[in-house]
Amino acid sequence: MRMRYSLALTAALGVPASAAELMLKVEVPRIPVAEYHRPYTAMWVERADQSFAANLAVWYDLRKKDNEGTKWLKDVRQWWRKSGRELQMPADGLSGATRAPGEHQLVFAATKSPLDKLPAGDYALVVEAAREGGGREVVRLPFQWPPKSVQGAKAKGEHELGAVTLEVRP
Amino acid sequence: MKTLVACGALALASVLPLPVHAHRAWILPSATVLSGNEPWVTVDAAVSTDVFHADHNPMRLDGLIITAPDGARVAAENASTGKFRSSFDLKLLQKGTYKLAVVNDTLSAAYKLNGETRRWRGTAEALAKEVPAEAQELRVTRSQSRGETFVTSGTPSARVLQPTGVALELVPITHPNDLVAGQAATFAFVLDGKPAAGLPVTVIPGGIRYRDRLEDVRLTTDAQGRFTVRWPAAGMYWLNANHGESGMEAAGSAAQPARRASYSATLEVLPP
Repeated sequence: MRMRYSLALTAALGVPASAAELMLKVEVPRIPVAEYHRPYTAMWVERADQSFAANLAVWYDLRKKDNEGTKWLKDVRQWWRKSGRELQMPADGLSGATRAPGEHQLVFAATKSPLDKLPAGDYALVVEAAREGGGREVVRLPFQWPPKSVQGAKAKGEHELGAVTLEVRP
Repeated sequence: MKTLVACGALALASVLPLPVHAHRAWILPSATVLSGNEPWVTVDAAVSTDVFHADHNPMRLDGLIITAPDGARVAAENASTGKFRSSFDLKLLQKGTYKLAVVNDTLSAAYKLNGETRRWRGTAEALAKEVPAEAQELRVTRSQSRGETFVTSGTPSARVLQPTGVALELVPITHPNDLVAGQAATFAFVLDGKPAAGLPVTVIPGGIRYRDRLEDVRLTTDAQGRFTVRWPAAGMYWLNANHGESGMEAAGSAAQPARRASYSATLEVLPP
């Protein structure tokens, strides 16, 4: 027991968590409809059993007066149930405005995100998008944290999400 | 003569809003899981053959009790009763779970006067005044009904889930605003606050009009009054249980009425 503990400690010291980062590319697809609204999108980390581990970003309509955009946050249904309903929005370092169709890149440095607090293990990066007057879609990308080498994962949504690419670097 | 009397009784029974088996009482909220500053829900309430399809009678809102997450009673807004349904709005000023209940407790009586069968319905106090002392073959039934639904703004809370201890009530073990298709939910029934063991429970998915089978799920509560439902699909569900005999089959006296307690709830199950 003592030996395992010291081994884990050595491993943790050997890989300085502070340098690690997670890079995410999310494509918001162009959808040809008469009335288009940018999707509400949540990005979070789940443990191997799909339980909630940490939030990374939430895009919603921040510009509405009196924070009225929060009315539709519940439509990002999985995220809402797992974490959203517990939060006070807007939340520092988490909420952002909805994004236009196209590719968006996000980089989360371990030291400046909740990633630093994750115990070593297998995780999934989850992206869920819900569009007013449209549909909802969820994609999951597996990764290990902290990364020992560069890892990548790709997924492609079928309607509300385009290509989603994940890269984690030690 | 006998046939005529029986017909008369039947006609009367169909007019009175007694708990009749073929008709289902329901309260349907526009949504059960809400976000935002101070969201609103609008609610329909009716008694009909198919669940959530208003085609028979409106549900009277006299017994409407709305309990806020902090336990306070709050009033409905814009309440109205139409031909087939009643409706009202509710502004969710507090975060947490609200319980919306329509509770009724009435006595119904059947008796003979000068050889003629008569029926009566009202409160316990009115019974002594309105049913003549010379009434013969007096049979009295007490009907206690409770129809409920739950709505949550933000994080679900548990305060309103406490039973009142009167008649038949559902005690959610799984939160009623945290139901997901493909997952199991456990609830318990209590009768006057005590576990209702061996109680038959029926769960019917909404949208009966659009399918050929009722697709009802029949369950029975265990010794602790508990039962578990695995939701086959997302949607609104109607849950119902009855204790005691229906209508006038039960023979009770004025001093000791026969008792019937019924409960129904509308529960929303969301996709995973």
